[in-house]
Amino acid sequence: MLYRENGQFKTSYRSDSQVFPIAQDRIGIWLLLAFAVIGVPLLADEYLFRAVLIPFLILSLAALGLNILVGYCGQISLGTGAFMAVGAYAAYNFMVRIEGMPLLGAVLLGGACATVVGVLFGIPSLRIKGLYLAVATLAAQFFVDWAFLRISWFTNNSSSGSVSVSNLNFFGIAINTPTEKYLLCLGFLIVFAMAAKNLVRSHVGREWMAIRDMDVAAAVIGIRPVYAKLTAFAVSSFIVGVAGALWGFVHLGSWEPAAFSIDRSFQLLFMIIIGGLGSIMGSIFGAAFIVILPIFLNQALPALGALVGVTISTAAVAHTELMIFGALIVFFLIVEPHGLARLWSIGKEKMRLWPFPH
Amino acid sequence: MKFQSIALAAMLATLSSLTPSAALAQEKVQFFPSLTGRTGPVAPNATPFANGYADYMKLVNARGGINGVKTLVEECETAYATDRGVECYERLKGKHGGATVFQPLSTGITFALTEKVPTDKIPLITSGYGRSDSADGSIFKWNFPLIGHYWVAGDTVLQHIAKKEGGWDKLKGKKIGVVYHDSPFGKELLPILQERSKMHGFELQLLPVPAPGVEQKAIWLQVRQQRPDFVVMQTWGVMTATAIKEAVATGYPRDKMFGTWWSGAEPDLKDVGAAAKGYSAVMMQHGAEPDAPVVKEILTKVHDKGQGTGPKEEVGQVLYMRGVVGAMLSVEGVRAAQERFGKGKVMLGDNARWGYENLNLTQAKLDALGFKGVMRPVSTSCFDHMGSAWARVHTWDGAKFTWASDWLQADDQIIKPLVKASAEKYAAEKKLTRREPADCQS
Repeated sequence: MLYRENGQFKTSYRSDSQVFPIAQDRIGIWLLLAFAVIGVPLLADEYLFRAVLIPFLILSLAALGLNILVGYCGQISLGTGAFMAVGAYAAYNFMVRIEGMPLLGAVLLGGACATVVGVLFGIPSLRIKGLYLAVATLAAQFFVDWAFLRISWFTNNSSSGSVSVSNLNFFGIAINTPTEKYLLCLGFLIVFAMAAKNLVRSHVGREWMAIRDMDVAAAVIGIRPVYAKLTAFAVSSFIVGVAGALWGFVHLGSWEPAAFSIDRSFQLLFMIIIGGLGSIMGSIFGAAFIVILPIFLNQALPALGALVGVTISTAAVAHTELMIFGALIVFFLIVEPHGLARLWSIGKEKMRLWPFPH
Repeated sequence: MKFQSIALAAMLATLSSLTPSAALAQEKVQFFPSLTGRTGPVAPNATPFANGYADYMKLVNARGGINGVKTLVEECETAYATDRGVECYERLKGKHGGATVFQPLSTGITFALTEKVPTDKIPLITSGYGRSDSADGSIFKWNFPLIGHYWVAGDTVLQHIAKKEGGWDKLKGKKIGVVYHDSPFGKELLPILQERSKMHGFELQLLPVPAPGVEQKAIWLQVRQQRPDFVVMQTWGVMTATAIKEAVATGYPRDKMFGTWWSGAEPDLKDVGAAAKGYSAVMMQHGAEPDAPVVKEILTKVHDKGQGTGPKEEVGQVLYMRGVVGAMLSVEGVRAAQERFGKGKVMLGDNARWGYENLNLTQAKLDALGFKGVMRPVSTSCFDHMGSAWARVHTWDGAKFTWASDWLQADDQIIKPLVKASAEKYAAEKKLTRREPADCQS
């Protein structure tokens, strides 16, 4: 009824190539942004910010980066945790070693270092494909883990191998309160999501998708696989590196290589598979599913138990949480193998046909 | 559409699950959050700790509370993962009128929380783990590695080895293998061993084991090849049991193996049983204390009333006792704070911090609490957040632990400068300054 594009004519190239061609989508996205920027800081409490929203935003950003590589360019990577670690440790080193380094500079330089490492480990993708590439990127994970554990220069010779940062400062504004941290992460996510959305609509993005769908055919029509694959690795690693730096600086404050272990790589891969490969929105849905659902289950189960008068032990809650979480993953993948983003777009299609969806 | 309604329902349920703490907060309780590791790679070891912590708090209530203020424990499961630990901390810190003190039982979580507690004004007790340099209270205002840290454990275990050999000079030219968890937890031990190795001329062979430590074949082959004279283990959770099994398989003599504080408890050894006979571990203050008065009191006042948290036969075991001692220190700090800020009142984290900084647990007080023979006096100050450096070594006889040494004390002459240098490095990185003496009164 409301969600219908009848009568919206595109009279210029500009309007034809908009990110959101339907007016209702534009309004919706503005409302959503307004809610995220103004509404959430008014409504959420400290717990929600620090434990739920900030990790959700940062991991959304990381999933977005990974989705460019896996979802758009079709190169499976298990090295995401490693690229996050490179971003975090590089940013830390820029911060500690260069006097007066601004936060934004350190984070972006961290992303740049991750880009270099990402491209380096992307080179094998020119020869190997699919699962074999996944195994090759696994090497990045192990190498980076090793490097940050063993080479003490990276951790500024800290005896324990753990590093920490504090007194964050964004162009003179101290980033201390959870709201400020949230807005900082939100800013990064909005900027990178818009950039990524536009990038995948550009010629580079189309090259990536061509490579993903059939690399031989893409090469025949004149797309250079070297260029397409390595740019995908570069862009993806940059975003992932920035997310890693934010994870260390803003969320944890103090971290060790275990914060970016192989588990993190898998977690991010699951996010984009559940959220939807090749979809910007899907990265965010996937991150929401994987970050928020376990925390929600962990708190809802004892509350639910109390409702029916049963006290569930801490261990039982943890086990049940894992079981329900696993079952839900299987459920969503059966219901919609293309991820939550696909469910979202099916929902939108039905809205357009409402009240007679078929 | 279906998805949206599910999402909406989920949102509403989340919001409702976050609010019920408001009703409980009306009662006058001292809230002790408990970050547990009942699942995950350290579950066999972290579970007794959580049980001991909860049981002692119940005992405190059975004894009439802290000058009438009842204690309340709420658990949150971290599975030894840092990000879940941070989430738990955020979840619990404001509940039931505010958290008194956190004991994360994980070095990774401790590192992360060390950055957060100064702004939240909640003290952190990390007995035997976390940052060793946080013993320097004039830089780490909110951290309390009460009754010892990694360096105390490392120093005392070397003292024990030296004593067995007949003096420090006998260690010259010897080789000591160090099997450690390849994480901040494991690496924190190394500075003291390296310092001692420089002083006494023994050689260290570093053998890092990647987390969670169930794959150690390569490490023990190295041990077999190089035959170190002793092996010191800084292991935790399933890793300890694996190491001992591998040592048995390799034929490395167990009486040459020495664990640190986290590497010598019943869950690590009971599966290996008699084969682990001769394995020793250093225990700061307490060990397995089945005959301690406090244990008997817990059995009669908590377990016999059907309110015990874990299995009854675990009561008094090493890690259960660690939970009990941890809880006792938490409670006694609050009691000390009440002396200053008002008896019978609920102490905020800020007040409790003063209590932990001015702990004075004399032997008489400890005995009265039921810790006779379990602990020696602990007294902290503004500059010393550790309070004592006493330890003993116990040895596995195939079925249980027996004491193998007298009380040992870590050498202040060596540890103090290490702590100071490390704390100052931290302060320089963070651009912190030492607390003024006036700040000690606050």
